[in-house]
Amino acid sequence: MSDKIPVTVLTGYLGAGKTTLLNRILTEQHGKKYAVIVNEFGEIGIDNELVVGADEEVFEMNNGCICCTVRGDLIRILDGLMKRKGKFDAIIVETTGLADPAPVAQTFFMDQDVSDTARLDAVVTVADAKWLSDRLKDAPEAKNQIAFADVIILNKIDLVSEKELEEVEARIRAINPYAKVHRTQNCAIPISEVLDRKAFDLDRIIEIEPDFLEEGHHHHHDEDMQSVSVAIDGEVDPNKFMPWISNLTQVEGPNILRCKGIVAFPNEPKRFVFQGVHMILDGDVQGDWKPGEKRSSKVVFIGRDLNEKAIREGFLATAA
Amino acid sequence: MTAGTAPSLTQSVTTIDAGAHVTALGWLKGTVALGLADGGVVLARDGETHRVEAHPDAGILVGASDGERFVTGGDDGRVAVTGSDGSTQTLAETKGAWIDSLALSPSGAFAYGAGKRVIARDDRGKEKTLEVPSTARGLAFAPKGYRLAISHYNGATLWFPNVEAKPEVLDWKGSHLDVTWSPDARFVVTSMQENALHGWRLIPDKGHMRMSGYPSKTRSFSWSHDGKWLATSGAEAAIVWPFESKEGPMGKQPRECGVRPAKVSRVAFHPNTYVLAVGYEDGCILLIRMADASELLVRPAVAGSGITAMAWDKAGKRLAFGCEDGKAGILTLPT
Repeated sequence: MSDKIPVTVLTGYLGAGKTTLLNRILTEQHGKKYAVIVNEFGEIGIDNELVVGADEEVFEMNNGCICCTVRGDLIRILDGLMKRKGKFDAIIVETTGLADPAPVAQTFFMDQDVSDTARLDAVVTVADAKWLSDRLKDAPEAKNQIAFADVIILNKIDLVSEKELEEVEARIRAINPYAKVHRTQNCAIPISEVLDRKAFDLDRIIEIEPDFLEEGHHHHHDEDMQSVSVAIDGEVDPNKFMPWISNLTQVEGPNILRCKGIVAFPNEPKRFVFQGVHMILDGDVQGDWKPGEKRSSKVVFIGRDLNEKAIREGFLATAA
Repeated sequence: MTAGTAPSLTQSVTTIDAGAHVTALGWLKGTVALGLADGGVVLARDGETHRVEAHPDAGILVGASDGERFVTGGDDGRVAVTGSDGSTQTLAETKGAWIDSLALSPSGAFAYGAGKRVIARDDRGKEKTLEVPSTARGLAFAPKGYRLAISHYNGATLWFPNVEAKPEVLDWKGSHLDVTWSPDARFVVTSMQENALHGWRLIPDKGHMRMSGYPSKTRSFSWSHDGKWLATSGAEAAIVWPFESKEGPMGKQPRECGVRPAKVSRVAFHPNTYVLAVGYEDGCILLIRMADASELLVRPAVAGSGITAMAWDKAGKRLAFGCEDGKAGILTLPT
């Protein structure tokens, strides 16, 4: 598990500053070697790193699930890179500005050879503080990238006023209240905030969001993309919860971009933690409930046209 | 029978330290050429080894041999050719694209894939290019004639590079990885992303063949010398499909040879008898006689030393293998 190569996915709409961030990561003195998978050569001026060109070939899996898409080129490239283990410590995948991050993320769960050797660390989205609000209106890709992100670099803050900055951040929060947002100029940010986030590790879901179980009622509205979080002040019945979450992600999978949750099962000393991408669900018991800690349950969904009422009622009905 | 109790040929194996992940190997008459993930080709003969920098500062992704030359494709975008005398030169070069599919024909032609483009160069040096709908993942020459099978997303393409006619398209939804052509040219078979094989009967009816049930992807195929059997990797035994009848393996059960608690990573049929060499992810190699399923141990399991390449010499007297940790070896069959 620990020797799996971490992979950071770098997304962001055209011109937001992805390449600036990439160059910053690569030039910083960190003593690590990266393999970088890019779509266009020539923009990164690094000689000593392993740079691979990708074609963003999105393939449907032949399993009857329409949202189960993977990046065929990524599977092929990772297969080749893994033969050169020891040449690099981590992999960074830069996507094009118009890319949907889902197929990239799903590749790490759908392909056995990839998941045996690599782990998705985090989806990092670079957003242009000046233009993001406009893009969220006219570019569904930009919205996907924000909704999908674990870390959002709100870049070019020098080009906007504080008031505009607050507005754009509120828009981000309306879509994705759970990502970590950093305000930057020229993508100036310590790389520890970008790399090695372990955002998809079940045992880190609590660590990344220390306030996660405290009831901070996030509830904003974007036109079609929103997050829904529901909490139960107590335990859920696994015999009700498991079929519910499984059915919900199967039926609503195409609309659910990301989901996460921590729930308490009766007589189970550990928390049940899950996270998912569209229809793919990954869950396990992780980490003990601490003595005296309140055993509560909470689920979070980020997606498009989610039926908040149905999700809320469905989850509440699983209470133990 | 398990590997632990199989009669042993381990005394007949000489070891080679290749030094890096062996991605391909081939025989150049009495010399073994090992293509490495660090870009080198190690030539081994009579206990001596010689390293050639075929892809300096790069990695070899794929390699093939026609008995005279060892042709390799690298992540430097080059196709290189290395001879048993240690000479190496660039055969072709692309800008940036990885060369991870490659095929040689007995006539001296070769072909390679660079992204969606497939470049074929015949024995006279005439080059033709075909663009397929998505990255060309696998290439295989027909056993006779200058014709190439190309596997890609949603099927395979059959192409006569020197004929103007439109290439023939074999459709099947999904991502096709490697491709192979039966020795009698009746069947084209691909391995797929979804842990299955797909085949097309070219003669007489263009029928489809689906071979599924694998727990992981098949990345190694080998036909028996007469084309009656197709051995495949991807399960905890070599799965060997019967291709004797016109219909191929449809409606028939495959043979499962060398069942062990480790996945088969490479298979190689002996060039003139029904003996199959089976290499596993745990480093073990068995020889299995098809007639009675008897097993001979060539190499016991070695941690971290999964089998990544394997090939018989032309006469079938020696079997060479290479491993992910850079170990390699040659089995010489006792006479």
